[in-house]
Amino acid sequence: MQSNSENDLECIGVKRHFGSVRAVDDVSLEIPKGSFFSILGPSGCGKTTLMRMIAGFESPDAGDIRIKGKSVIDTPPNRRNVKMVFQHLALFPMMNVYENIAYGLRCNGVSKSEIETKVRDVLERIALPDVANREITQLSGGQKQRIAIARCMVLDPDVLLLDEPLGALDLKLREAMKIELKLLQHQFDTTFVYITHDQSEALVMSDNVAIMNEGKFVQTGTPQELYHDPSAAFVAGFVGDTNRWDGKVKSVAKGVAEIETATGLTMRSSVRGERTPGVGDAVSVFVRPEFITTQKAGGAAPAIGKNKNVLEGRIDSILFNGANSRVLVRDGSEELVEADVVLTGGTADLRAQDAVRLIWSAEQTMCFAS
Amino acid sequence: MAGMVQKDIKRLSLYLLFAPFALWIALLIVLPHLGMFYISLREKVGPRVYEFGFENYTNFFLEPIYWNTLLRTGSMSLLVTALALVLGFPIAYYIAKIAGNRTRGALFLMCLIPLWVSDLIRAFGWILLLRETGVVSSSLQWAGMIDTPIEFLYNDAAVIMGLVYTVILFMIVPLVSTLDGMDKSMIEAGYNLGGNGPTVLRRIIIPYAMPGIVAGCIVVFMLTAGSYLTPILLGGKNSSWFTEQIYDQFITRYNWESGAAFGFLLLAFTSFVVWAGLKLSGQTLNSTVANN
Repeated sequence: MQSNSENDLECIGVKRHFGSVRAVDDVSLEIPKGSFFSILGPSGCGKTTLMRMIAGFESPDAGDIRIKGKSVIDTPPNRRNVKMVFQHLALFPMMNVYENIAYGLRCNGVSKSEIETKVRDVLERIALPDVANREITQLSGGQKQRIAIARCMVLDPDVLLLDEPLGALDLKLREAMKIELKLLQHQFDTTFVYITHDQSEALVMSDNVAIMNEGKFVQTGTPQELYHDPSAAFVAGFVGDTNRWDGKVKSVAKGVAEIETATGLTMRSSVRGERTPGVGDAVSVFVRPEFITTQKAGGAAPAIGKNKNVLEGRIDSILFNGANSRVLVRDGSEELVEADVVLTGGTADLRAQDAVRLIWSAEQTMCFAS
Repeated sequence: MAGMVQKDIKRLSLYLLFAPFALWIALLIVLPHLGMFYISLREKVGPRVYEFGFENYTNFFLEPIYWNTLLRTGSMSLLVTALALVLGFPIAYYIAKIAGNRTRGALFLMCLIPLWVSDLIRAFGWILLLRETGVVSSSLQWAGMIDTPIEFLYNDAAVIMGLVYTVILFMIVPLVSTLDGMDKSMIEAGYNLGGNGPTVLRRIIIPYAMPGIVAGCIVVFMLTAGSYLTPILLGGKNSSWFTEQIYDQFITRYNWESGAAFGFLLLAFTSFVVWAGLKLSGQTLNSTVANN
């Protein structure tokens, strides 16, 4: 792979094994300047190991890591211009806010007056101009978060690594911090590499997301690509909510397969993934709740197009959550299917035990050879 | 009515729980000290004739050998404390931060094992090693490095070595428990933000471990300054340890008045050193000893 100096960070065939466990297995990535890149994966997928190798706390068994086009494999962690926001932030409790931010500048031998200007500057930029003399214990969760970022950003890093820093915050604050992080990244115009197992964090903030599983990158792309055009069953199941069936292909034509599920349902689905399954092959079928239309059963059956799937069932329960409300429908084979619905609070709303008909199109159904 | 009984029972059990501690403090600490203090303020004017006064204390300051011994004991105790810290810190750091979970237990146990043997036996162990006909001297002779046997005992080095050996555990334990609470990512953050090894040690690890360092130093200093057996056995008659001076006053000279005064002077002196140490390090008793 040709090194490209337009990229702030490149990993080329990076491997790291712990005994027989392949924590990171042949991972390559390129992150262009000034973008927000997330690595999303379940816990234990190797994302933290990858980040620790980029920061220099672990060395790869094979492969190369380049920052601004230069290999940093032999550079110790304190000489790499990659700064890291730790999972529990790792602010120094024996120093106040000012000292915490000044620490890195002091290590670099910056003069006292310059440190003062820079610290004041960065505190202004994170909108906390008055906290310089506070102790770390006197800060709120969100403030600590911003100080941890400021402590790194004051050093003007090429890449900022963030290791699930929102994990310890409560839900409301986490939602607010997501937006704030995105804004901070724009403001500092620095490349952010964000590691998380929370897909909504990754989808909301990132320009690009890499889905990682068992040490490998499964798919890299924009959040929209990953959501609407997953390249593998793992991505389809991991990103966003989805209904899933396992089944066998009965026929394939023009990219649409007819599938019989293990529970005996028949449905039509667009074929996705690298490998097109043949007749009789096992597949996994996915359909997202928002693509399923729920109608009350009874009355004349509406005209249904050729590429539509229809399923009759009874509402098992209603999961009311305002605009994101959902119904759980029990179909003939006693399986539960999730579908998004709009509940207006009127008398026409769906209720538990209503008989319903679920309709969704084959294009929005994805099947992957398994 | 029932509520009153409940309340009384609660109060009674509280008193009972507190009683052993209160008795211990009152009978074994406060009472003897009051008695000693009373004795220390008696001046002997004739056989069995006493007057109230501070002569026992002024004697101490008028006789250089007394306060020289106290200063010598103090400075050597400080040296022992410093050595125990310098030797104990890497051990504690290794146990708390580097060793795996299983080796940790084993290492801690190895630190504890010497405590299972009495002070006296351990001091004799050192004598066995260091005396003129001891293991060290004869092995050096056997190796051809020296011609005549050398006496390693009865000098300051032997006393200091023996004391460091006796007290180092009391330095390691509080250090391990403080360092244990330190998130490893704090050290990594120190490196990540550009610090090198010495910077991380000086600006992050040591400040973080400060409560443990001070707690360990207080305990070790107190134990050393008040120790009797090790300095006597390893230093011999030349050790000039202040506790030896106190023992002399009580037993050899049968001058309890002066011995009691010396006791209080030692207490005041060590308390002053501890207070000064706390002030210098910016710590409080609550944040250090009481914390562990």
